[in-house]
Amino acid sequence: MPSPSSSDRPQRGRRSLRQRLHLGRGTVAGIPLLWLGLFFGLPFLIIARISLSEVVIGLPPYSSLVDWTAAGLLEVRINFGNFLLLVQDSLYLDAFENSLRVAAVSTLLCLLLGYPMALGITRVREGLRVPLLMLVILPFWTSFLIRVYAWIGILKGNGLINNFLLWLGVIDQPLHLLHSDFAVYLGIVYAYLPFMVLPLYATLSKMDESLLEAAADLGCRPLCAFWRVTVPLSLPGIIAGSLLVFVPAVGEFVIPDLLGGPDTLMIGKVLWTEFFNNRDWPVAASVAVALLALLVVPVLLFERFREKEQT
Amino acid sequence: MAGPKPALGAWQDPSAAPLVEIRNVTKTFGSHYAVDDVSLTIYPGEFFSLLGASGCGKTTLLRMLAGFERPDAGRLLIGGEDVTELPPYRRPVNMMFQSYALFPHLSVADNIAFGLRQEKLPRAEIRERVAAMLELVRMGDFAGRKPDQLSGGQRQRVALARSLVKQPKLLLLDEPLGALDRKLREHTQFELVNIQERLGITFVMVTHDQEEAMTMSTRMAVMNEGRIRQIGTPSEIYEFPSNRFVAGFIGAVNQFEGRVMEQRDDLLLVRSDVAGTELRVRTQQAVAPGTPVVVAVRPEKVLLTTEQPPPGDNSLSGSVEEIAYLGDVSIYHVRVPGGALVEAQLTNRARRAVAPLTWGDPAWIAWGADDAVALLE
Repeated sequence: MPSPSSSDRPQRGRRSLRQRLHLGRGTVAGIPLLWLGLFFGLPFLIIARISLSEVVIGLPPYSSLVDWTAAGLLEVRINFGNFLLLVQDSLYLDAFENSLRVAAVSTLLCLLLGYPMALGITRVREGLRVPLLMLVILPFWTSFLIRVYAWIGILKGNGLINNFLLWLGVIDQPLHLLHSDFAVYLGIVYAYLPFMVLPLYATLSKMDESLLEAAADLGCRPLCAFWRVTVPLSLPGIIAGSLLVFVPAVGEFVIPDLLGGPDTLMIGKVLWTEFFNNRDWPVAASVAVALLALLVVPVLLFERFREKEQT
Repeated sequence: MAGPKPALGAWQDPSAAPLVEIRNVTKTFGSHYAVDDVSLTIYPGEFFSLLGASGCGKTTLLRMLAGFERPDAGRLLIGGEDVTELPPYRRPVNMMFQSYALFPHLSVADNIAFGLRQEKLPRAEIRERVAAMLELVRMGDFAGRKPDQLSGGQRQRVALARSLVKQPKLLLLDEPLGALDRKLREHTQFELVNIQERLGITFVMVTHDQEEAMTMSTRMAVMNEGRIRQIGTPSEIYEFPSNRFVAGFIGAVNQFEGRVMEQRDDLLLVRSDVAGTELRVRTQQAVAPGTPVVVAVRPEKVLLTTEQPPPGDNSLSGSVEEIAYLGDVSIYHVRVPGGALVEAQLTNRARRAVAPLTWGDPAWIAWGADDAVALLE
């Protein structure tokens, strides 16, 4: 029964369905944006605002930026002194430098340890891959804090390692392992290694094995094939893994605080001290803003690399 | 390097030095014999094909020549040198992979230059040789492209250039045309043969496509279940198959089972129940009476007529059961009294809308003793 109204109806229905789909797509894209705005954008604005204020005794412990004076004037007071302090006081620069160095060295160590691990997992037989990947992820099942505390038990003067070495007779004085730079590196590498292994495994497992055969066929020994084929092809994984280790390691606070010595100066610890011990919120906020600005650079570089790859 | 046309028939020349010698090579995967006691000799300048269905061991044999697999037994010699234990990067051999295996992170030119950079050649020479190869495969305009910006046919040409640029003694091709569509494949077949003749490099190609093997090869080996069933030129293999497998694998064939009644010089008289009569077939080998034998005859060798042919070697009467009109040829299936269904192929030389024969018509089929082969295996 083809009547004009019946032929109209499905069309109208289709149009509204398309509109609904459009709306649905907007919602799906909007949720992460909303999340980002609510839990990153807004807090960041608050922190940025605090960083431009002055410290006061009171609640909140910082001055307001905008005031109505008695004379009916709108007074805007923006204080850049906190940021100047970051540049002038060598404590902050040293802490930044130290953090960057510790993070860079830890990232490199993670790469050197994680690459053979990831490559190894791709080379074992099919049935063994998932169990091995599980072993990499397994530590996440325990709290991060507990795992760091466990290292104290292993490294301390009468801890596992020292007691074992004393029992063996290799040493007759306990080694100073805990509260040292060594312990900080160990803790960071241990905690962040999975973040390196997983992206590396993801890119390496996608690699076509016949490419290595082609390299061998064209006169490449296995080591040469590794450098000329495997490494360049796993570059996206190397970069992603390095960022996932480097960025959180720069701001790491728990590991240097628990495992590091009194002279282990890292920006995360400085931030904590300014905030909770000195109650200087504006300086702490400016440290946080500077740290963020510093870490945005490598992320942007990665994005540009990815865009270049795609074109 | 425009060498002379490869001397056809190098395998017939007793003084010719073989380029590739495969001696009693066996390769097993678990309990499965991928390659089972294969021996094969290939001469310089040949375009040799390994033909067989998937899983027949042809690719494993090729990969052993390249060095990706080690034989469990037997020796492999290339240019007189034993390469059985040599890794791929030490062999004077290059391979063109079925998937092409182009390096996705390198441009077309860098892909081709990969093997030359490995030899630490001067930059100028590398540039020159890469340019020459790009020209050979007509890819000069695409030197800067990445593999994923190329079409399948273009990737195939880059893979060919990359495997030829080191001027190997021997080029191995694993289903080189398998990923191309039909029209491009036919065109590329001739191009590949052309390049092979111009460069004078020996080609060993693996293919499952009998037409491809027939068109391109100087000689071919038909493989089945890890063994070589026959080696010969395409026409030898088509016209004189040495066993039932080869006869059935290459082209269509009518096979009549029977028993040898007697042999008169080179003429064999065969009693075949399925044919319903006595068949005559010429053979070079001496066969004892009573031996089971299969008489094989190609459909295009079978003459189909409506009237009884003059007395000759073989003629059977039957009735037309099926007709397939293919344009250039028509294929008739004729049921003979013994029960066999005989396929006859007729070239449609005259234009006519109505076939001279139709379903159920009585018909005669006939062929000469020279047109059939007697197969003992």
